[in-house]
Amino acid sequence: MQWDVSKGLEGLDHNFITGKLEDVVKWARRMSVMPATFGLACCAIEMMGTGGAHYDISRFGMETFRASPRQADLMIVAGRVSQKMAPVLRQIYDQMMEPKWVISMGVCASSGGMFNNYAIVQGVDQIVPVDVYAPGCPPGPETLIHAINTLHEKIRDGELTRRRPGTGLGISVEQRDGQPEPQAVSLSARN
Amino acid sequence: MGSYLKGFKITFGKLFKGTESGRMVTVPYVKDSGPKRHKPERLHGRHVLNRYEDGMEKCIGCELCAGVCPARCIYVRGADNPPDEPVSPGERFGFIYEINYLRCIHCDLCVEACPTEAITESKLFEFSFTNRQDAIYTKAELVVDDDGLPQQLPWEDWSDLDKVAAQSSAWVRATAPSGNARYEGVVAWSGELGFGVKPPEVGQSEPEAEPTAPLEGNADAPEPSSGHD
Repeated sequence: MQWDVSKGLEGLDHNFITGKLEDVVKWARRMSVMPATFGLACCAIEMMGTGGAHYDISRFGMETFRASPRQADLMIVAGRVSQKMAPVLRQIYDQMMEPKWVISMGVCASSGGMFNNYAIVQGVDQIVPVDVYAPGCPPGPETLIHAINTLHEKIRDGELTRRRPGTGLGISVEQRDGQPEPQAVSLSARN
Repeated sequence: MGSYLKGFKITFGKLFKGTESGRMVTVPYVKDSGPKRHKPERLHGRHVLNRYEDGMEKCIGCELCAGVCPARCIYVRGADNPPDEPVSPGERFGFIYEINYLRCIHCDLCVEACPTEAITESKLFEFSFTNRQDAIYTKAELVVDDDGLPQQLPWEDWSDLDKVAAQSSAWVRATAPSGNARYEGVVAWSGELGFGVKPPEVGQSEPEAEPTAPLEGNADAPEPSSGHD
């Protein structure tokens, strides 16, 4: 078996041992997705409700919302993101440890929702790469649990070492007045 | 020390007991299985585009729903019905019908605006997307199937379909389509494919079995009809 050590685990072809190891790693990641709290508006109330006794996301190993981004794997962006909050959100995301995931909870975070104006970021995926969108205004706890389960499936099926190569560029912005295109921050370039 | 342990006795006693009502507090909901919470009659979920009992689509492409939508999430284009194979019983039909569920706030204003009860909201809200394309539902996904049931897409959790399928037009069944509360209990809406003419919603204040007669001689009162012509 050829193993290019300089590439780390990525250079390893799958065989019996690494296949099983990968499953274990994915299982461990799936079962302990600690969310960073990023409640911005009314969706945060539903997010807190999901953490409460009735819906109890401890069942998914998500125990508590971490106050520190260093301890978190998942950022649940709950609520509308204003233009002033956007750099803060990006900084929190950058401070989180890899592997990290993002759930865009609610229509305001996903696309601006009914706040189609200059103050609100029209979709949080312009700032951070979003894995799962949870629709609803606000999404109920069951919708958020559905989104979390969808994310679990994504972790289970996805790549182990690098997630989403070439993504994280956000949406493209078309410049019509001859200006150069804005350069998006590539997440994969930093790996 | 004794009172210290006494406090723990309550804690550990409750640990395996459940609540006073004798059942677990937690709803152990997981995707595609697990119990869901009771859904109220008028809960707003994912939309469906209804059809008449003969299979024709109710949407006439009038774009009133798109006009009233506060989130601007609906895109409708009407077109003239092909004379040899009409889609709707009217002159026109909804040629394009798209709802962006990353914009929709489920306010139900489209349902109130619709003159033909074409668009109603089902009880589904357990769904999530992994990309933005999935979130834009086209007419092919919104129209009910040949049994009158909502289409079940892979990213939706329809595990309680048999319970909530009949509840897809709750607002309409509360009062007459005009919204007049005095019409409570009076059927003034058309039948739906797979369900026929749905019975009126039982009033909350007066659960009388006897429906009040429509107001005689009222010029504003629309004639109750049982279906399209």
